[in-house]
Amino acid sequence: MSAHSPIDQIEQPASFAFDAESEEQIAAILAKYPPERKASGTLPLLYVVQKQMSRQTGSAWVPRVAMDEIARRLEVAPIRVYEVATFYLMFNTRPIGRYHLQVCTTTSCWLRGSDDVVAACKKATGISGFGQSSADGLFTLTEVECLGACANAPILQVDDDFYEDLDGPRTIELIEALRRGERPTPGPTIDRMNSAPEGGRRTLTDSPAKQG
Amino acid sequence: MLQDKDRIFTNLYGQDDWRLAGARQRGDWDGTAEILARGRDAIVNEMKGSGLRGRGGAGFPTGVKWSFMPKNSDGRPHYLVINGDESEPGTCKDREILRHEPHKLIESALIASFAMGAHAAYIYIRGEFFNEARHLQIAIDEAYAAGLIGRNAAGSGWDFDFYIHRGAGAYICGEETALLESLEGKKGQPRMKPPFPAAMGLYGCPTTVNNVESIAVSSTILRRGASWFSALGRPNNAGTKLMAISGHVNTPCVFEEELGVPLKEIIEKHGGGVRGGWDNLLAVIPGGCSVPVLPASVCETVLMDYDSLRAERSGLGTACMIVMDKSTDIIKAIARFSQFFKHESCGQCTPCREGTGWMMRVMNRMVEGRAEIEEIDMLEQVTRQVEGHTICALGDAAAWPIQGLIRHFRPVMEERIMAYKAAHGGGRITQVPLGIPVAAE
Repeated sequence: MSAHSPIDQIEQPASFAFDAESEEQIAAILAKYPPERKASGTLPLLYVVQKQMSRQTGSAWVPRVAMDEIARRLEVAPIRVYEVATFYLMFNTRPIGRYHLQVCTTTSCWLRGSDDVVAACKKATGISGFGQSSADGLFTLTEVECLGACANAPILQVDDDFYEDLDGPRTIELIEALRRGERPTPGPTIDRMNSAPEGGRRTLTDSPAKQG
Repeated sequence: MLQDKDRIFTNLYGQDDWRLAGARQRGDWDGTAEILARGRDAIVNEMKGSGLRGRGGAGFPTGVKWSFMPKNSDGRPHYLVINGDESEPGTCKDREILRHEPHKLIESALIASFAMGAHAAYIYIRGEFFNEARHLQIAIDEAYAAGLIGRNAAGSGWDFDFYIHRGAGAYICGEETALLESLEGKKGQPRMKPPFPAAMGLYGCPTTVNNVESIAVSSTILRRGASWFSALGRPNNAGTKLMAISGHVNTPCVFEEELGVPLKEIIEKHGGGVRGGWDNLLAVIPGGCSVPVLPASVCETVLMDYDSLRAERSGLGTACMIVMDKSTDIIKAIARFSQFFKHESCGQCTPCREGTGWMMRVMNRMVEGRAEIEEIDMLEQVTRQVEGHTICALGDAAAWPIQGLIRHFRPVMEERIMAYKAAHGGGRITQVPLGIPVAAE
């Protein structure tokens, strides 16, 4: 799967404890699964850790001690958590920048100019290659596979949000806004409503709903 | 072509309120208890009669799939699992249901669960769809608060719980048994079949896995009737389908259309035409990257449905098409898919784990032309050795785009190789040892 660095080579915190916000989330998560199937909570709890690390340190990643804590909570062997954390691309097993720039380069995005988006990301952040972070620690650039929003290609996912219908200049504007601490509204960066055609809907035009 | 009165997803673009109040105005949650009162067999028969085929890519009849669930419980619970791991490159349709029609999905999930004796449904949503999952969770909370799900759901007497489980960036989890593994908290590695999920699925219990769209259309089918649905489309290719167009068209978009409409008409109407005009069309991948590419000559006449595309040795897949104009380096476009499959192979089966990397490396050389003409045949042979020799269909999916490329664009590949030879010292130079499949690097 992804090119994760061996966990042993990363500077790891000595301890990890869930905070109150995380504990609340964990209670809701474990209520979803039969009590004897707690292991189903592995992926959700890894997300909980990653979010908490983001809140506490500004870097959304999963340290090894947190994986051990998840294993303890879910009553599974630690290796079961390690192998899941390293199998799935979205769990960062090493620290990342405050903003995670995830650029799709799969064919639908490539056909509509993802090369320009990649170049703009590099130019605006000073990052030279995928998997690297900017010198100021603000940005990490990752190449991702199809994000499932191809009718709005090319896409740049920043943390949890999709920015769509991008080109080079709009990508640079977006990154500059992030640098200023702003969060532009996600979605299309051109004049269109979600996945409707640019220029207005061609179907659902005689529905009573307001025109878009 | 489909008229607005026959569209199922009337809030496809989120132009209207996606929450409960808006959904009720559009007709969702209207008489849900009466639908359940028809009984399990009647619902399954109606779904069979509608001719609905699975909307996730494989096209298996949905009603028939539901009927595989055991009629009586042996003590184990039954589960409905909804596949919202939409990750097939080019595909972006379920996203619109999750964020703009969540109540249609929840109501349909209740009906489908009842029809298979399940009191709980899980939806597995790809991790990247964070905001889409958030919409759905809000809708779930609304439905619980309104008594539409939970104990005595919608006053039907049936208890029903609905849960979201988020994936974390692994295409393979769209394969139904890998999805179940992932839902159980493991790596997403497909299971051997049999046993099939209907006998032993989630937590070893009878389970049916359906695509988001297959489930979401069922409330409307049951409300408007099987005959309404089956009258749309063509025989054995019934109904409406969410589709999308990406790539080199003037207006990429998602839309709902009747099956059996000419591909050309769809591109002209919904996509606003090919960039630079129809004559500038090179090729179309009709339904996600796993289905083989169609050259422009076929696109001229082919109909957009399961059987028509199958007859052209391609497939409907997810019906989310990728359009490429004549400026496209078709070899590079397909090679990018090879990179995708290499990245997404779970590593469990040797032909796929090794084969996807091998195919990617050869494809990357084909993009440059740094290859021998004979290697085109060797590449084709290797795709045949991967295809059908793995636990799941990812190996097949990795093989098919390359087979389609060779079938329709072999002269382009040969030309690229000759051009490379010409630029690097004449046609006689051997760049790669002949007949030795170490040519991968």
